[in-house]
Amino acid sequence: MSQYKLVTCRINGKERSAMVDVRASLADMLRNEYSLTSVKKGCEVGECGACAVIIDGECYNSCIYLAIWADGKEIETVEGLVGPDGELSDLQQAFVEETAIQCGFCTPGFLMEAECFLRRGEIYTDEELRKLLSGHLCRCTGYDNILRAVKKTMLQRNQ
Amino acid sequence: MYDIGTVYEPKTVEEAVRMRCEHPQAVIIAGGSDVLIKIREGKLAGADLISIFGLDELRGVHMEEDGTLVIGSLTSFAHITADPLIREHIGVLGEAVDMVGGPQIRAIGTIGGNTCNGVTSADSASTLFAWDAIIELTGPEGIRRMPIRDFYLSAGKVDLREGELQTSIRIPRKAWEGYKGFYIKYGMRRAMEIATTGCSVNVKLSEDKKTLEDLRIAFGVAGPVPRRAESTENTFRGQALTASLPGEIGKAVLADVQPRDSWRASKDLRLHLCSTMAERAFREAVSRSGGEL
Amino acid sequence: MVVGKSIIRPDSLDKAAGRTKYTDDLCDRNALVAKICHSTVTHALVKSIDTSEAEKIPGVVKILTCFDAPERTFPTAGHPWSTEPEHQDISDRHVLEKHVRYYGDDVAAVIAETEVAAVQAVRALKVEYEELPFVLDPQEAMKEGAPLLHEEFPGNVLKHTEIHKGNVEEAIKEPGLICVDGWYETPTVQHCHIENATCFAWEEGGRVHVTSSTQIPHITRRCIAQALGVPWGQVRLVKPYIGGGFGNKQDALYEPLCAWLTTQVGGRLVRLECQREETFANCRVRHAIRYHITSWLRPDGTLVARKADCWSNQGAYASHGHSICAKGMGSIPQLYPCENIDVRGWTVFTNIQVGGAMRGYGMPQAVFAMESHTEDIVQRLGLDPLAYRRAHLMQKGYFDPFSKNELYADSFNQTLDVGSEYIDFERKYKEYQHQTGDIRRGVGVAVLWYNTAVWPISLETSACRMVMNQDGSIQLQVGETEIGQGADTAFAQMAAETLGIPFEMVHVVSCQDTDVTPYGTGAYASRQTYAAGMAIRGCAEEFKRHILEVAYRYTRMQPYLMDIQDAKIIRTTDGRVLMGLGELATTVLYDLDHNEHLTMEKSTQIKTNAYSFGCCFAEVEVDIPMCQVKVLDIINVHDAGRIVNPALARAQVQGGMSMGIGYALAEKMLYDPKTGRLLNGNLLDYKLSTFMDHPNLEVRFVENSEPTSAYGTKALGEPPVVPVAPAIRNAILNATGVACHEIPMRPHLLYQEFTRKGLI
Repeated sequence: MSQYKLVTCRINGKERSAMVDVRASLADMLRNEYSLTSVKKGCEVGECGACAVIIDGECYNSCIYLAIWADGKEIETVEGLVGPDGELSDLQQAFVEETAIQCGFCTPGFLMEAECFLRRGEIYTDEELRKLLSGHLCRCTGYDNILRAVKKTMLQRNQ
Repeated sequence: MYDIGTVYEPKTVEEAVRMRCEHPQAVIIAGGSDVLIKIREGKLAGADLISIFGLDELRGVHMEEDGTLVIGSLTSFAHITADPLIREHIGVLGEAVDMVGGPQIRAIGTIGGNTCNGVTSADSASTLFAWDAIIELTGPEGIRRMPIRDFYLSAGKVDLREGELQTSIRIPRKAWEGYKGFYIKYGMRRAMEIATTGCSVNVKLSEDKKTLEDLRIAFGVAGPVPRRAESTENTFRGQALTASLPGEIGKAVLADVQPRDSWRASKDLRLHLCSTMAERAFREAVSRSGGEL
Repeated sequence: MVVGKSIIRPDSLDKAAGRTKYTDDLCDRNALVAKICHSTVTHALVKSIDTSEAEKIPGVVKILTCFDAPERTFPTAGHPWSTEPEHQDISDRHVLEKHVRYYGDDVAAVIAETEVAAVQAVRALKVEYEELPFVLDPQEAMKEGAPLLHEEFPGNVLKHTEIHKGNVEEAIKEPGLICVDGWYETPTVQHCHIENATCFAWEEGGRVHVTSSTQIPHITRRCIAQALGVPWGQVRLVKPYIGGGFGNKQDALYEPLCAWLTTQVGGRLVRLECQREETFANCRVRHAIRYHITSWLRPDGTLVARKADCWSNQGAYASHGHSICAKGMGSIPQLYPCENIDVRGWTVFTNIQVGGAMRGYGMPQAVFAMESHTEDIVQRLGLDPLAYRRAHLMQKGYFDPFSKNELYADSFNQTLDVGSEYIDFERKYKEYQHQTGDIRRGVGVAVLWYNTAVWPISLETSACRMVMNQDGSIQLQVGETEIGQGADTAFAQMAAETLGIPFEMVHVVSCQDTDVTPYGTGAYASRQTYAAGMAIRGCAEEFKRHILEVAYRYTRMQPYLMDIQDAKIIRTTDGRVLMGLGELATTVLYDLDHNEHLTMEKSTQIKTNAYSFGCCFAEVEVDIPMCQVKVLDIINVHDAGRIVNPALARAQVQGGMSMGIGYALAEKMLYDPKTGRLLNGNLLDYKLSTFMDHPNLEVRFVENSEPTSAYGTKALGEPPVVPVAPAIRNAILNATGVACHEIPMRPHLLYQEFTRKGLI
């Protein structure tokens, strides 16, 4: 028999509850229960980073995070970065302007990771930025433009 | 969706111990970055889980009155690296676990999980060996403590008995005071990597920085479990610092390591790297200690 | 002018917002889940499959084994079909296989209500095999007595071709020639697009519908129909946005199986999503090709004669077959022209997974061999690497009688000028030649050779449809696919330019649907801007002519006196605006006397091809005791003709360079020699570059407009990966004196090489 548990959490600022199969990953829950399809599955073992989301201010791979652990947590996905009228955030806009997006499948993971550490309000060197972003694989861009986009946002926010 | 049986979620350590006793077949899941992958691979398919993820009492670092550093077993790598006590006293541990996987793995991965899965490649393990760490286990009979090298029994097997869970990792004052160290992780790329081999060296120099009062050299993936280069340590302890010392240490460690051939790397390559890493890590550790070679 | 501008790609806005739907995002969550049972042996006949335990698992809907599968075979290659049987792709696949030819071959499939039930049922299947000996190396596979994979191919040779010119045996009798001989080995590697191969299928209206992450919608639809044995019109394929392809999805992967499965459960919706491990082990790979090159030269470097043999490891099934090996071979007589030349190539079946298309299509292997060999010549003869290349590479005006390709510009010298100046090659090359110490630096150069599109090897065609809206904006449709590279944006720029409307007024229908998308063969051969460009320009010009004829009714002006500029009908004689394009479109659509919906569709056959050349310069630091190489600086310079969108072009080149760095230093599929099993089929053990593994990637373009191209463009998608590995290899040689004859130059290899050379 399947075992279910009521999982109540805040997702992109809204309180949400659902009975969730205890076997589900957080990625499963976000995609299937809440249709938050920006959460991408690329490997399901924490190696590609496409499913990364922010949980209580830290960035995690939601594929290897049990949905039941999300109970009581604050969860953010790319859908939550978008403003109320659909406007892109400064970070998303920078990804667009710097041509940091090609196929776009890794993009949500990079956005959440960058958003997570940029909120600390610190200035990082290129080497530090590369390390902070190193949990995400991209096969299209060679990473250069992603670095530019994140750096541009960092410098704008810390002006 | 994972092929999981039943999930038990204890709210306290006591409850976790009780559940361990009641469900001896169940597997402990801490951060999940190891257990969930084994479930998916089929190695643990259908397993019942005792999720200790919610036991926040096992998170965090503190120092006891006698100067023992205590790291809660559920403390994530990211929190260890950022912790002020770790940075001040055993910074090399923070540096070592900052080389695990990538940032998201370091957010979820726990030092307890990293040591309890018993793998020789764990970045935390070789460094903890070099800090003479003590493993604390809590079970139905109470608390049990042992040196980390006794905790590792064989590849993938640790001395975690029925009903027990690892609750902390302890580094006594005498193990850290006056020591500086350096860890080298050897991987095939610079992130998202499991160590091909790794070497952690701690040294303690005399007050005049001329003599090597103590050294501890530990390796990962130089045998079935992490190990110390004991004969090398015994040979060089107390020696004067000379320019030729790092090279001599590099050669000497070859007698202390027993890497094997695998598709990840040949035994010969690993031996060569053990020697090179020991030499370089020692050089860096001495330099951090203010010594000159 | 719209072409030539770095216009922001419109799809990136949705992608940044997380709104873009990829295949799996579109699949109903209640779809049945299919999982494949992969063989756990490398070469065998399946004797039986016991499904009894698996049937008992709650949620299992149907189990289908290789004994249930049709005997009918089908091809998978993403090639245009040929009506001539001798030119058709080899049809050697079944949806499930009774004769297992590689570790992981598909022997059964489970359809279940949930993913967990499907996975459990696959584990519960008991497959009995009669094991056969296996062979993993192509040259071993050609030997007498080697295990045979396909009875129709004796000696396991899928195909063998030769190219001959002059008389090598006579030419090498010339006294005083220096012979340089080398073997060059390339690895089996994988595409590693971040979206796995995934599809879902259902039946509706008596037809099979498949949604798939594919680069080649029309071709995959044909392959599915061939697999099902139904008329091609009975199948519809839909391609949404896709998360990268790089050639892996230029093949029918699991679409035929998924389509067959839905027909076995009454047309219910079935989803077949590859796991990452399956994308590694069961999709396509880049062929490992071994080259043996022997050159006879005069002391001044003049190439008198050359022999090159190559063996391409095809793996278990034909897929793209010999065309990949042949493309590489074809460059050898041309890159450094020579009067006397023998080139021989064999594509050979072995018991590893299937080789297919991957970025570069045979050129990364061939150019690694050729540019490494060229450096070996330079070293042996004591010549200057740049000067040697400039003197002996194919020159401006070179004409190839077979493809009718002509090198119209001085591409090699121009790109070498830019690259060598950037990296300060001449100075550093000399400075780095005689270093000592543990840490050493080196610079290296390699050129690249690529020809755009597939004419005259096979059909080259593209069709374009433009449908005008009441506001004068258009929907633009082509069969060439957006796979992340930015093709849609380039297409819109082209259409806007020719039609005379702003970029924003071109709405590209990005999602291909074979029911409505005009015929085009898809994304491959770096043909998008070249092939689709011709269809777009042809269609747009004809559409414009037609619109102006319609405009005559309302303006009374002769069509030849009018033009469309900025979405307005203007009189060219004085520049007066006669009416807006939207006004015209609305007026004619609702005209009670002469109603017309303004559309145009045009099919274009293309009978040209274009050389696309360039080079790479790399600077490396080698840590000899640690057997590690760090790329310090790297630049690719391309003459890809006119650049439609510089920002997108630059980004695409960087992606290719990153892939090239991985090819040079880290990536390799490892197969267990004892079992034939893939050892490192996951993103942790397969070492594609992370954010920390390379420096900033410098890109420059030399823009010589291609005379045969509608917009002056030629190949740029694949070429960037091609020259990187040999440039890095040659840089390591400059740093250490060690000439590697194999990639990747991992620590494993460097340890052996440095030990042999006495450096460690």
